Amino acid sequence: MRSTQNVTDVLEPAARTRWAELIDEVAANPTRIAVLFPAAARAIARGPVDPADPDGLITPRVEDEVRIALLRAAARRWDTSELTADLTALYRHGDAEEKRAVLRALDHLDLGDALLPLVHDALRSNDLRLIAAALGTYAARHLDDHAWRHGVLKCLFTGVPLDAIAGIAERGDAELARMVRTYVAERRAAGRPVPQDAHRVLQLCTPDPTAGEQDQED
Amino acid sequence: MRIFDPHIHMSSRTTDDYEAMHAAGVRAVTEPAFWGGQPRTSAATFCDYFDSLVGWERFRAAQFGIRHHCTIALNPKEANDPRCREVLDALPRYLAKDGVVAVGEVGFDSMTSEEEKVFARQLELAAEHELPVLVHTPHRDKAEGTRRSLDLVTASGLPPERVLIDHLNEVTVDLVADTGCWLGFSIYPDTKMDEHRMVRIFAEHGLDRMIVNSAADWGHSDPLKTAKTGRAMFEAGFSEDDVDRVLWRNPVEFYGQSGRLLLDPVEADPTAAFEGNSVLRGQRPR
Repeated sequence: MRSTQNVTDVLEPAARTRWAELIDEVAANPTRIAVLFPAAARAIARGPVDPADPDGLITPRVEDEVRIALLRAAARRWDTSELTADLTALYRHGDAEEKRAVLRALDHLDLGDALLPLVHDALRSNDLRLIAAALGTYAARHLDDHAWRHGVLKCLFTGVPLDAIAGIAERGDAELARMVRTYVAERRAAGRPVPQDAHRVLQLCTPDPTAGEQDQED
Repeated sequence: MRIFDPHIHMSSRTTDDYEAMHAAGVRAVTEPAFWGGQPRTSAATFCDYFDSLVGWERFRAAQFGIRHHCTIALNPKEANDPRCREVLDALPRYLAKDGVVAVGEVGFDSMTSEEEKVFARQLELAAEHELPVLVHTPHRDKAEGTRRSLDLVTASGLPPERVLIDHLNEVTVDLVADTGCWLGFSIYPDTKMDEHRMVRIFAEHGLDRMIVNSAADWGHSDPLKTAKTGRAMFEAGFSEDDVDRVLWRNPVEFYGQSGRLLLDPVEADPTAAFEGNSVLRGQRPR
Protein backbone atom coordinates (compact mmCIF):
# COMPACT_ATOMS: atom_id res chain seq x y z
CA MET A 1 0.00 0.00 0.00
CA ARG A 2 1.24 3.46 -0.78
CA SER A 3 1.88 5.61 2.26
CA THR A 4 -0.51 8.41 3.08
CA GLN A 5 2.51 10.46 4.18
CA ASN A 6 3.42 13.31 1.89
CA VAL A 7 6.94 14.56 1.19
CA THR A 8 6.05 18.02 2.45
CA ASP A 9 5.06 16.45 5.80
CA VAL A 10 8.60 15.19 6.36
CA LEU A 11 10.54 18.24 5.10
CA GLU A 12 11.66 20.96 7.49
CA PRO A 13 10.47 24.48 6.54
CA ALA A 14 14.04 25.54 5.70
CA ALA A 15 14.42 22.57 3.36
CA ARG A 16 11.11 23.41 1.69
CA THR A 17 12.36 26.94 1.10
CA ARG A 18 15.63 25.69 -0.42
CA TRP A 19 13.67 23.27 -2.58
CA ALA A 20 11.47 26.08 -3.91
CA GLU A 21 14.59 28.11 -4.69
CA LEU A 22 16.11 25.22 -6.64
CA ILE A 23 12.90 24.77 -8.62
CA ASP A 24 12.97 28.49 -9.48
CA GLU A 25 16.61 28.20 -10.53
CA VAL A 26 15.83 25.33 -12.90
CA ALA A 27 12.77 27.12 -14.24
CA ALA A 28 14.94 30.15 -15.03
CA ASN A 29 17.84 28.14 -16.47
CA PRO A 30 16.97 24.50 -17.16
CA THR A 31 20.53 23.50 -18.12
CA ARG A 32 21.47 23.96 -14.44
CA ILE A 33 19.70 20.68 -13.77
CA ALA A 34 22.87 18.85 -14.85
CA VAL A 35 24.54 19.84 -11.55
CA LEU A 36 21.51 20.57 -9.34
CA PHE A 37 19.96 17.14 -9.90
CA PRO A 38 22.92 15.05 -8.61
CA ALA A 39 23.45 17.44 -5.67
CA ALA A 40 19.74 17.63 -4.78
CA ALA A 41 19.74 15.16 -1.88
CA ARG A 42 22.75 16.84 -0.28
CA ALA A 43 21.25 20.29 -0.84
CA ILE A 44 17.69 19.60 0.35
CA ALA A 45 17.14 16.33 2.20
CA ARG A 46 17.11 12.58 1.85
CA GLY A 47 15.27 9.74 3.54
CA PRO A 48 12.12 7.66 3.28
CA VAL A 49 8.70 9.29 3.15
CA ASP A 50 7.28 6.01 4.45
CA PRO A 51 9.53 4.58 7.20
CA ALA A 52 8.16 1.12 6.42
CA ASP A 53 9.59 1.41 2.89
CA PRO A 54 13.18 2.60 3.50
CA ASP A 55 14.41 1.99 -0.06
CA GLY A 56 11.44 3.77 -1.60
CA LEU A 57 10.38 0.73 -3.58
CA ILE A 58 6.68 1.69 -3.32
CA THR A 59 6.59 5.24 -1.98
CA PRO A 60 9.18 7.56 -3.57
CA ARG A 61 11.77 8.81 -1.10
CA VAL A 62 12.21 12.48 -0.22
CA GLU A 63 15.11 12.94 -2.63
CA ASP A 64 13.10 11.32 -5.43
CA GLU A 65 10.31 13.86 -4.96
CA VAL A 66 12.83 16.68 -4.85
CA ARG A 67 14.45 15.56 -8.11
CA ILE A 68 11.12 14.86 -9.83
CA ALA A 69 10.05 18.42 -9.08
CA LEU A 70 13.27 19.74 -10.67
CA LEU A 71 12.61 17.66 -13.79
CA ARG A 72 9.03 18.91 -14.00
CA ALA A 73 10.32 22.46 -13.81
CA ALA A 74 12.78 21.79 -16.64
CA ALA A 75 10.06 20.05 -18.64
CA ARG A 76 7.97 23.22 -18.65
CA ARG A 77 10.82 25.01 -20.45
CA TRP A 78 12.07 22.32 -22.80
CA ASP A 79 10.61 20.68 -25.87
CA THR A 80 10.34 16.91 -26.00
CA SER A 81 13.66 16.33 -27.76
CA GLU A 82 15.61 18.49 -25.29
CA LEU A 83 13.92 16.83 -22.36
CA THR A 84 14.54 13.36 -23.78
CA ALA A 85 18.23 14.11 -24.32
CA ASP A 86 18.69 15.51 -20.85
CA LEU A 87 16.79 12.76 -19.05
CA THR A 88 18.99 10.28 -20.90
CA ALA A 89 22.15 12.11 -19.81
CA LEU A 90 20.99 12.41 -16.19
CA TYR A 91 20.27 8.71 -16.17
CA ARG A 92 23.55 7.80 -17.89
CA HIS A 93 25.68 9.80 -15.46
CA GLY A 94 23.51 9.15 -12.42
CA ASP A 95 24.17 6.85 -9.52
CA ALA A 96 21.42 4.42 -8.59
CA GLU A 97 19.51 7.03 -6.61
CA GLU A 98 19.61 9.55 -9.45
CA LYS A 99 18.59 6.85 -11.93
CA ARG A 100 15.67 5.90 -9.69
CA ALA A 101 14.46 9.50 -9.66
CA VAL A 102 14.67 9.76 -13.45
CA LEU A 103 12.64 6.55 -13.79
CA ARG A 104 10.05 7.83 -11.31
CA ALA A 105 9.83 11.14 -13.14
CA LEU A 106 8.81 9.36 -16.36
CA ASP A 107 5.41 8.74 -14.77
CA HIS A 108 4.90 12.51 -14.50
CA LEU A 109 6.16 13.65 -17.91
CA ASP A 110 4.33 13.29 -21.18
CA LEU A 111 7.12 11.82 -23.28
CA GLY A 112 5.74 8.95 -25.34
CA ASP A 113 7.91 5.88 -25.66
CA ALA A 114 11.24 7.64 -26.35
CA LEU A 115 12.61 6.89 -22.86
CA LEU A 116 11.93 3.17 -22.96
CA PRO A 117 15.68 2.42 -23.26
CA LEU A 118 16.05 3.66 -19.68
CA VAL A 119 13.33 1.29 -18.51
CA HIS A 120 15.01 -1.62 -20.32
CA ASP A 121 18.37 -0.69 -18.75
CA ALA A 122 16.86 -0.62 -15.26
CA LEU A 123 15.15 -3.96 -15.77
CA ARG A 124 18.50 -5.52 -16.77
CA SER A 125 20.00 -4.45 -13.44
CA ASN A 126 19.90 -6.40 -10.19
CA ASP A 127 19.10 -3.30 -8.19
CA LEU A 128 15.70 -3.59 -6.50
CA ARG A 129 15.36 0.19 -6.36
CA LEU A 130 15.72 0.50 -10.13
CA ILE A 131 13.56 -2.50 -10.99
CA ALA A 132 10.78 -1.13 -8.78
CA ALA A 133 10.99 2.39 -10.18
CA ALA A 134 11.07 1.09 -13.76
CA LEU A 135 7.64 -0.53 -13.48
CA GLY A 136 5.55 2.56 -12.78
CA THR A 137 2.75 3.98 -14.88
CA TYR A 138 5.17 4.89 -17.71
CA ALA A 139 6.11 1.23 -18.22
CA ALA A 140 2.48 0.15 -17.76
CA ARG A 141 1.55 2.48 -20.61
CA HIS A 142 4.47 2.02 -23.00
CA LEU A 143 6.51 -1.13 -22.32
CA ASP A 144 5.87 -4.02 -24.72
CA ASP A 145 4.06 -7.08 -23.35
CA HIS A 146 7.08 -9.37 -23.33
CA ALA A 147 9.39 -6.99 -21.44
CA TRP A 148 6.64 -5.93 -19.05
CA ARG A 149 5.78 -9.56 -18.11
CA HIS A 150 9.47 -10.35 -17.60
CA GLY A 151 9.75 -7.28 -15.41
CA VAL A 152 6.90 -8.54 -13.22
CA LEU A 153 8.51 -11.97 -13.01
CA LYS A 154 11.84 -10.39 -12.08
CA CYS A 155 10.10 -8.63 -9.20
CA LEU A 156 8.89 -11.99 -7.88
CA PHE A 157 12.41 -13.43 -8.24
CA THR A 158 14.21 -10.53 -6.59
CA GLY A 159 11.68 -9.58 -3.93
CA VAL A 160 10.41 -6.27 -5.28
CA PRO A 161 6.92 -5.98 -3.74
CA LEU A 162 4.00 -6.25 -6.10
CA ASP A 163 2.65 -2.91 -4.85
CA ALA A 164 5.60 -1.28 -6.61
CA ILE A 165 4.24 -2.31 -10.01
CA ALA A 166 1.63 -0.16 -11.72
CA GLY A 167 -1.14 -1.66 -13.82
CA ILE A 168 -1.07 -5.36 -12.88
CA ALA A 169 -4.86 -5.60 -12.95
CA GLU A 170 -5.03 -3.91 -16.36
CA ARG A 171 -2.05 -5.56 -18.08
CA GLY A 172 -1.87 -8.94 -16.38
CA ASP A 173 -2.86 -11.57 -18.92
CA ALA A 174 -2.97 -15.32 -19.48
CA GLU A 175 0.69 -15.41 -20.57
CA LEU A 176 1.86 -13.69 -17.38
CA ALA A 177 -0.28 -16.13 -15.39
CA ARG A 178 1.36 -19.03 -17.22
CA MET A 179 4.85 -17.69 -16.44
CA VAL A 180 4.00 -17.20 -12.78
CA ARG A 181 2.41 -20.66 -12.49
CA THR A 182 5.64 -22.15 -13.90
CA TYR A 183 7.63 -20.16 -11.38
CA VAL A 184 5.39 -21.39 -8.55
CA ALA A 185 5.78 -24.98 -9.74
CA GLU A 186 9.59 -24.63 -9.81
CA ARG A 187 9.64 -23.21 -6.29
CA ARG A 188 7.50 -26.08 -5.02
CA ALA A 189 9.62 -28.69 -6.83
CA ALA A 190 12.69 -27.23 -5.11
CA GLY A 191 10.95 -27.29 -1.74
CA ARG A 192 11.16 -23.52 -1.48
CA PRO A 193 8.44 -21.19 -0.18
CA VAL A 194 6.30 -19.40 -2.75
CA PRO A 195 6.06 -15.65 -2.22
CA GLN A 196 2.59 -14.38 -1.44
CA ASP A 197 2.94 -11.89 -4.27
CA ALA A 198 3.00 -14.78 -6.78
CA HIS A 199 -0.48 -15.77 -5.69
CA ARG A 200 -1.63 -12.19 -5.85
CA VAL A 201 -0.42 -11.90 -9.45
CA LEU A 202 -2.33 -15.04 -10.34
CA GLN A 203 -5.47 -13.73 -8.65
CA LEU A 204 -5.19 -10.43 -10.49
CA CYS A 205 -4.66 -11.86 -13.96
CA THR A 206 -6.53 -15.17 -14.00
CA PRO A 207 -10.28 -15.34 -14.65
CA ASP A 208 -10.50 -18.64 -12.73
CA PRO A 209 -10.70 -17.62 -9.05
CA THR A 210 -9.22 -20.94 -7.85
CA ALA A 211 -6.06 -20.49 -9.92
CA GLY A 212 -4.46 -18.31 -7.31
CA GLU A 213 -5.18 -20.76 -4.50
CA GLN A 214 -2.76 -20.07 -1.70
CA ASP A 215 -0.08 -22.28 -0.22
CA GLN A 216 -0.40 -22.80 3.48
CA GLU A 217 3.37 -23.09 3.89
CA ASP A 218 4.02 -19.41 3.14
CA MET B 1 47.20 5.63 14.90
CA ARG B 2 44.18 6.82 12.82
CA ILE B 3 45.02 7.38 9.19
CA PHE B 4 43.38 9.23 6.31
CA ASP B 5 45.24 8.32 3.11
CA PRO B 6 44.55 11.41 1.01
CA HIS B 7 45.80 9.92 -2.26
CA ILE B 8 45.46 6.24 -3.09
CA HIS B 9 44.12 4.50 -6.22
CA MET B 10 42.12 1.75 -4.55
CA SER B 11 40.51 0.57 -7.81
CA SER B 12 43.90 -0.99 -8.56
CA ARG B 13 44.29 -2.66 -5.17
CA THR B 14 43.12 -5.96 -3.71
CA THR B 15 40.83 -6.84 -0.83
CA ASP B 16 43.97 -7.98 1.04
CA ASP B 17 45.18 -4.38 0.82
CA TYR B 18 41.92 -3.09 2.27
CA GLU B 19 42.22 -5.55 5.18
CA ALA B 20 45.87 -4.65 5.83
CA MET B 21 45.11 -0.92 5.63
CA HIS B 22 42.28 -1.22 8.12
CA ALA B 23 44.50 -3.23 10.47
CA ALA B 24 47.16 -0.48 10.21
CA GLY B 25 44.65 2.22 11.19
CA VAL B 26 43.37 3.53 7.85
CA ARG B 27 39.76 4.62 8.30
CA ALA B 28 39.30 6.98 5.35
CA VAL B 29 40.82 7.52 1.91
CA THR B 30 40.55 9.82 -1.07
CA GLU B 31 40.99 8.23 -4.49
CA PRO B 32 41.98 10.77 -7.14
CA ALA B 33 40.96 10.16 -10.74
CA PHE B 34 44.09 9.51 -12.76
CA TRP B 35 45.22 7.56 -15.79
CA GLY B 36 44.84 3.81 -15.88
CA GLY B 37 48.32 2.63 -16.84
CA GLN B 38 47.35 2.46 -20.51
CA PRO B 39 45.70 5.21 -22.49
CA ARG B 40 41.96 5.69 -22.57
CA THR B 41 40.55 6.55 -25.98
CA SER B 42 37.16 8.14 -25.31
CA ALA B 43 35.17 10.31 -22.92
CA ALA B 44 32.78 7.42 -22.34
CA THR B 45 35.40 5.24 -20.69
CA PHE B 46 36.28 8.12 -18.35
CA CYS B 47 32.64 8.32 -17.33
CA ASP B 48 32.59 4.60 -16.54
CA TYR B 49 35.71 5.17 -14.43
CA PHE B 50 34.16 8.14 -12.60
CA ASP B 51 31.01 6.07 -12.00
CA SER B 52 33.13 3.42 -10.29
CA LEU B 53 34.92 6.05 -8.15
CA VAL B 54 31.63 7.40 -6.80
CA GLY B 55 29.95 4.00 -6.78
CA TRP B 56 31.45 0.55 -6.66
CA GLU B 57 34.81 1.51 -5.09
CA ARG B 58 33.10 3.56 -2.40
CA PHE B 59 30.94 0.57 -1.58
CA ARG B 60 33.90 -1.85 -1.68
CA ALA B 61 35.93 0.26 0.77
CA ALA B 62 32.97 0.38 3.18
CA GLN B 63 32.91 -3.42 3.20
CA PHE B 64 36.32 -3.20 4.88
CA GLY B 65 35.41 -0.45 7.34
CA ILE B 66 37.02 2.37 5.32
CA ARG B 67 35.33 5.60 4.20
CA HIS B 68 36.07 6.31 0.52
CA HIS B 69 35.99 9.69 -1.22
CA CYS B 70 37.30 10.67 -4.62
CA THR B 71 38.50 13.57 -6.72
CA ILE B 72 37.36 13.97 -10.32
CA ALA B 73 39.29 15.45 -13.25
CA LEU B 74 40.81 14.87 -16.64
CA ASN B 75 44.42 13.98 -15.78
CA PRO B 76 47.29 15.92 -17.40
CA LYS B 77 48.68 12.98 -19.34
CA GLU B 78 45.41 12.27 -21.13
CA ALA B 79 44.61 15.97 -21.52
CA ASN B 80 46.79 15.73 -24.62
CA ASP B 81 44.40 13.40 -26.43
CA PRO B 82 41.54 15.29 -28.15
CA ARG B 83 39.32 12.21 -27.85
CA CYS B 84 39.70 12.30 -24.05
CA ARG B 85 39.29 16.08 -23.74
CA GLU B 86 35.59 15.71 -24.57
CA VAL B 87 35.14 14.49 -21.00
CA LEU B 88 35.56 18.09 -19.79
CA ASP B 89 31.91 18.66 -20.74
CA ALA B 90 30.78 15.84 -18.43
CA LEU B 91 32.90 16.88 -15.43
CA PRO B 92 30.32 19.26 -13.87
CA ARG B 93 27.84 16.40 -13.52
CA TYR B 94 30.40 14.46 -11.47
CA LEU B 95 31.72 17.40 -9.47
CA ALA B 96 28.18 17.81 -8.10
CA LYS B 97 28.13 14.33 -6.57
CA ASP B 98 28.24 13.45 -2.88
CA GLY B 99 31.52 11.50 -2.65
CA VAL B 100 33.56 14.01 -4.66
CA VAL B 101 35.75 16.11 -2.36
CA ALA B 102 38.05 17.90 -4.84
CA VAL B 103 38.93 18.51 -8.46
CA GLY B 104 41.96 16.37 -9.31
CA GLU B 105 44.42 15.18 -10.28
CA VAL B 106 45.03 18.21 -12.45
CA GLY B 107 48.45 19.59 -13.36
CA PHE B 108 51.23 19.00 -15.84
CA ASP B 109 52.78 15.90 -17.37
CA SER B 110 54.87 17.10 -20.32
CA MET B 111 53.93 20.77 -19.94
CA THR B 112 52.20 21.12 -23.30
CA SER B 113 49.87 23.98 -24.17
CA GLU B 114 46.94 21.52 -24.19
CA GLU B 115 47.78 20.45 -20.65
CA GLU B 116 47.87 24.06 -19.61
CA LYS B 117 44.45 24.83 -21.12
CA VAL B 118 42.86 21.79 -19.48
CA PHE B 119 44.54 22.61 -16.14
CA ALA B 120 43.28 26.21 -16.24
CA ARG B 121 39.77 25.17 -17.23
CA GLN B 122 39.62 22.72 -14.33
CA LEU B 123 40.77 25.40 -11.88
CA GLU B 124 37.76 27.40 -13.08
CA LEU B 125 35.54 24.38 -12.46
CA ALA B 126 36.91 24.13 -8.91
CA ALA B 127 35.92 27.74 -8.29
CA GLU B 128 32.46 27.20 -9.80
CA HIS B 129 31.83 24.09 -7.68
CA GLU B 130 33.52 25.49 -4.55
CA LEU B 131 35.82 22.49 -4.34
CA PRO B 132 39.48 22.16 -3.33
CA VAL B 133 42.03 21.14 -5.99
CA LEU B 134 44.59 18.34 -6.01
CA VAL B 135 47.56 19.25 -8.24
CA HIS B 136 49.84 16.51 -9.56
CA THR B 137 53.42 17.70 -10.17
CA PRO B 138 55.27 16.02 -13.04
CA HIS B 139 57.90 13.30 -12.83
CA ARG B 140 60.09 14.97 -15.46
CA ASP B 141 61.29 18.55 -14.97
CA LYS B 142 59.45 18.58 -11.64
CA ALA B 143 60.72 21.93 -10.33
CA GLU B 144 59.72 23.80 -13.49
CA GLY B 145 56.37 21.96 -13.54
CA THR B 146 55.78 22.94 -9.92
CA ARG B 147 56.58 26.60 -10.64
CA ARG B 148 54.24 26.72 -13.63
CA SER B 149 51.52 24.99 -11.61
CA LEU B 150 51.80 27.62 -8.88
CA ASP B 151 51.63 30.37 -11.51
CA LEU B 152 48.39 28.95 -12.88
CA VAL B 153 46.94 28.60 -9.38
CA THR B 154 47.80 32.24 -8.66
CA ALA B 155 46.28 33.38 -11.96
CA SER B 156 43.09 31.44 -11.22
CA GLY B 157 42.42 33.53 -8.13
CA LEU B 158 41.65 30.44 -6.06
CA PRO B 159 42.49 30.83 -2.36
CA PRO B 160 45.81 28.98 -1.87
CA GLU B 161 44.46 27.08 1.12
CA ARG B 162 42.06 25.33 -1.25
CA VAL B 163 44.98 23.90 -3.29
CA LEU B 164 47.16 20.85 -2.52
CA ILE B 165 50.39 20.59 -4.52
CA ASP B 166 51.28 16.90 -4.54
CA HIS B 167 54.29 14.62 -5.12
CA LEU B 168 56.74 17.15 -3.67
CA ASN B 169 60.30 16.32 -2.60
CA GLU B 170 63.40 18.04 -1.17
CA VAL B 171 63.89 19.95 -4.41
CA THR B 172 60.36 21.33 -4.71
CA VAL B 173 59.25 21.75 -1.10
CA ASP B 174 60.68 25.26 -0.81
CA LEU B 175 58.80 26.42 -3.91
CA VAL B 176 55.47 25.69 -2.21
CA ALA B 177 56.30 26.27 1.47
CA ASP B 178 55.46 29.99 1.52
CA THR B 179 52.58 30.03 -0.96
CA GLY B 180 49.77 29.11 1.45
CA CYS B 181 49.03 25.98 -0.59
CA TRP B 182 49.04 22.56 1.10
CA LEU B 183 52.13 20.39 0.58
CA GLY B 184 51.63 16.76 -0.44
CA PHE B 185 54.27 14.02 -0.36
CA SER B 186 53.87 10.57 -1.90
CA ILE B 187 55.84 7.92 -0.04
CA TYR B 188 56.93 5.20 -2.43
CA PRO B 189 59.08 2.07 -2.07
CA ASP B 190 61.63 3.27 -4.65
CA THR B 191 60.81 6.58 -6.31
CA LYS B 192 59.39 9.93 -5.12
CA MET B 193 59.90 10.07 -1.34
CA ASP B 194 60.65 7.51 1.35
CA GLU B 195 59.46 7.78 4.96
CA HIS B 196 62.88 8.66 6.42
CA ARG B 197 63.48 11.50 3.96
CA MET B 198 59.94 12.62 4.77
CA VAL B 199 60.71 12.80 8.49
CA ARG B 200 63.76 14.97 7.76
CA ILE B 201 61.55 17.39 5.80
CA PHE B 202 59.13 17.53 8.74
CA ALA B 203 62.03 18.27 11.08
CA GLU B 204 63.12 21.14 8.86
CA HIS B 205 59.77 22.59 7.74
CA GLY B 206 57.35 21.67 10.53
CA LEU B 207 53.92 20.08 10.14
CA ASP B 208 51.86 23.04 8.99
CA ARG B 209 49.83 22.16 5.84
CA MET B 210 51.88 18.96 5.44
CA ILE B 211 50.11 15.95 3.93
CA VAL B 212 51.47 12.44 3.38
CA ASN B 213 50.02 9.80 1.07
CA SER B 214 50.91 6.38 -0.31
CA ALA B 215 49.72 7.19 -3.87
CA ALA B 216 49.51 3.40 -4.19
CA ASP B 217 48.21 2.32 -7.59
CA TRP B 218 48.75 -0.46 -10.13
CA GLY B 219 52.53 -0.01 -10.05
CA HIS B 220 55.13 -0.95 -7.49
CA SER B 221 53.78 0.87 -4.45
CA ASP B 222 52.78 0.23 -0.86
CA PRO B 223 49.36 1.13 0.62
CA LEU B 224 50.86 0.98 4.14
CA LYS B 225 53.39 3.78 3.54
CA THR B 226 51.25 6.24 5.50
CA ALA B 227 51.45 4.00 8.59
CA LYS B 228 55.18 3.44 8.02
CA THR B 229 55.70 7.20 7.89
CA GLY B 230 53.87 7.48 11.22
CA ARG B 231 56.20 4.90 12.75
CA ALA B 232 59.25 6.69 11.33
CA MET B 233 57.95 9.90 12.93
CA PHE B 234 57.68 8.17 16.32
CA GLU B 235 61.23 6.82 15.95
CA ALA B 236 62.47 10.34 15.22
CA GLY B 237 60.84 11.66 18.38
CA PHE B 238 57.61 13.16 17.04
CA SER B 239 54.66 12.91 19.40
CA GLU B 240 51.37 11.04 19.05
CA ASP B 241 49.67 14.39 18.42
CA ASP B 242 52.18 15.25 15.66
CA VAL B 243 51.49 11.96 13.88
CA ASP B 244 47.73 12.39 14.24
CA ARG B 245 48.02 15.87 12.81
CA VAL B 246 49.89 14.74 9.70
CA LEU B 247 48.06 11.47 9.08
CA TRP B 248 44.54 12.52 10.01
CA ARG B 249 43.78 16.14 10.92
CA ASN B 250 45.64 17.80 8.05
CA PRO B 251 44.02 15.81 5.22
CA VAL B 252 40.64 16.12 6.97
CA GLU B 253 41.06 19.89 7.15
CA PHE B 254 42.05 20.11 3.48
CA TYR B 255 39.32 17.90 1.98
CA GLY B 256 36.84 19.07 4.62
CA GLN B 257 36.69 22.35 2.70
CA SER B 258 34.40 20.50 0.26
CA GLY B 259 31.82 20.04 3.03
CA ARG B 260 31.37 16.49 1.75
CA LEU B 261 33.64 14.30 3.91
CA LEU B 262 31.98 11.39 5.68
CA LEU B 263 34.11 10.31 8.63
CA ASP B 264 31.78 8.55 11.04
CA PRO B 265 32.83 4.91 11.47
CA VAL B 266 31.50 2.51 8.89
CA GLU B 267 30.78 -1.05 9.99
CA ALA B 268 31.84 -3.70 7.53
CA ASP B 269 28.71 -5.54 6.40
CA PRO B 270 29.59 -8.52 4.18
CA THR B 271 25.94 -9.08 3.34
CA ALA B 272 25.44 -5.62 1.85
CA ALA B 273 25.06 -5.20 -1.89
CA PHE B 274 25.82 -2.37 -4.29
CA GLU B 275 23.18 -2.12 -7.02
CA GLY B 276 22.43 -5.77 -6.37
CA ASN B 277 26.05 -6.97 -6.47
CA SER B 278 28.31 -7.83 -3.53
CA VAL B 279 32.01 -8.45 -2.90
CA LEU B 280 31.21 -12.07 -2.12
CA ARG B 281 31.98 -14.75 -4.67
CA GLY B 282 29.33 -17.34 -5.38
CA GLN B 283 27.42 -16.61 -2.20
CA ARG B 284 24.18 -14.70 -2.22
CA PRO B 285 24.36 -11.75 0.15
CA ARG B 286 21.02 -12.74 1.62
